[in-house]
Amino acid sequence: MILFLAKRLMLMLLTMLAVSILLFLVLEINVENLATRVLGQFSTPEQRQIWMEENGYLRPLYVRYLEWVGDALQGDLGHSTRFNVPVSEVLWERLANTGLLALCVFALMVPLSLTLGILAGMKEGSSVDRSITFVSVLTTSVPEFASAVLLSAVFVFALGWLPGTSGMNQGFRWEEMVLPVLVLVLYGFGYIARMMRASMAEVMQSPYIRTAVLKGLPYRRVIMRHALRNALIAPFTVIILQINWLLSGVIVVEYFFSYKGFGALLLEASLNTDIDVIQACAAIAVLVAVGTQTLADIGYTYLDPRIRFT
Amino acid sequence: MTEQTADDAGTRRRGVPMRGAFRVLGLLRESPVGMIGAGIILFWVVVAILAPVLAPYPPDQQIGPLVNAPPMTRAEPGRPYFTEEGMQTTDGTELYLLGGDSIGRDVLSRLIWGARSVLIYAPLATAFAYAIGILMGLLAGYKRGWVDDVLSRISDMILAFPVLVLYVVIITVLDRSALNIVLAVTFASAPGIMRIVRGLVLVLRNRDYVAAAQTRGESSWYIMFWEILPNARGPLIVDACLRLGYTTITIGVLGFLGLGLPPPDPNWGNLIAENRNVALTAPHSTVFPCIAISSLVLGLNMLADGLREISLKD
Repeated sequence: MILFLAKRLMLMLLTMLAVSILLFLVLEINVENLATRVLGQFSTPEQRQIWMEENGYLRPLYVRYLEWVGDALQGDLGHSTRFNVPVSEVLWERLANTGLLALCVFALMVPLSLTLGILAGMKEGSSVDRSITFVSVLTTSVPEFASAVLLSAVFVFALGWLPGTSGMNQGFRWEEMVLPVLVLVLYGFGYIARMMRASMAEVMQSPYIRTAVLKGLPYRRVIMRHALRNALIAPFTVIILQINWLLSGVIVVEYFFSYKGFGALLLEASLNTDIDVIQACAAIAVLVAVGTQTLADIGYTYLDPRIRFT
Repeated sequence: MTEQTADDAGTRRRGVPMRGAFRVLGLLRESPVGMIGAGIILFWVVVAILAPVLAPYPPDQQIGPLVNAPPMTRAEPGRPYFTEEGMQTTDGTELYLLGGDSIGRDVLSRLIWGARSVLIYAPLATAFAYAIGILMGLLAGYKRGWVDDVLSRISDMILAFPVLVLYVVIITVLDRSALNIVLAVTFASAPGIMRIVRGLVLVLRNRDYVAAAQTRGESSWYIMFWEILPNARGPLIVDACLRLGYTTITIGVLGFLGLGLPPPDPNWGNLIAENRNVALTAPHSTVFPCIAISSLVLGLNMLADGLREISLKD
């Protein structure tokens, strides 16, 4: 068990190492291009040369990479040119905001999608199943930016019930959270619901459920006690892996509603070529993604005793 | 499930590809969901092809009074506007069915021309990603050994990124152009395709007809492309439909975030980005492009569902 955990953690560290190299290469292999992007296309070659010298970009790639990793491990993520403060000063606050958003999304999405998936999977092919499946296909076909526009048009423009932006300029207000959360839930719940449905439908066909029904147990008890225990294993992984998707989704939603989160920060940094911020944000996004992947693997192995620790 | 369909395909061996395509269309009649999906896609393809005929006005033509005008606006007579032939005036008969956008262009015309942009770049980018992904997957699955290790590790690395984060990073270092978007989509989705192809190849490479080809002394390229690939096509076609939907969304999202095709390209993501500042006061100029892109993605998803249903049936 301990060996298994250690192996998983090692794998995670290796992936992070490889990804950080990839990220660094993509962003910094062409320093000339980078200087042009930061200083603008009308800068002179001399200006670029000076900029590269001042920021240490003339040193070999591996030296810069090692320095970046070393500094990052000590908590120094560099300096933001856009906000003119150390990256860590903006980053943690933004991450906390996104964390809150993600928490609200999961608190709503998981119970909703599991309930719908169970209802659909209990009787495969029933009208309940067909309509739930149709709704989940429909909502996953509407991209986040489209549902953001459509929901705003209904709830902000037509009905006037909710504020259209979520900048939290007058302190935190729950009304401003509603639309961002709703948009993300709407896009995300369909996938989990379909996975839950598939898993439930499979379990319902297994002999032990038939036995439970035939020996006269109340249907409620068969579902709650017997079917769910096994049917919930597969969706568990899917739910945890949704965090990876959420990291993409928050970029769109935070930008649209001007929510001051991590995704909006990454996008703003990208549009203004704020290299240190992009590197820090992307590295954290991957760390979260790889971390949740590892967590899902470990959890899955723990939940399903048929899978051995190897 | 994929294994099962690969088996089905394996028993049928190679057919003439064109006849296969018609057969699938014929089979599609059995799945109403797939039919509706195909219908929606066909509708947008026709709109895109006939854009010059269908669009009532040139997509970039601006008219003063049309700024944020609501749907069903009629032009007042005698308003000037500029075309390639010079200044013209409206005669009062012009009808703007879907209203005007934030700088006075006809929303309907831009929407129609936008279909063209979306339906060129999304399939192009998906096809590119497929070409690379299939090549990588065939090599990894058939050659195994170090080739497999290297390719699998590379794709694991790329897949570790949340998709949109990867796009934002790539577009930061590249310029906004159609080619770069195709490259970015290829880079980000080829690893996923490779995984699927590799999985299918691992099943198919142990088939008798592969062994027969090996005994005949065929080259490994021949075996990969002529023996294995055609038999893996079933699951790949379903996946391609879904992936085309994702790519459509991706191009839309990039346009929406200001990282996509450069203006004044009228693709649907750009239409929403251009009018985002009036989304809360004159929502029609953003709502219609949203409905358009959602319907196209829905069509692709439904077609994929239909095809999957059919492939499980035989």
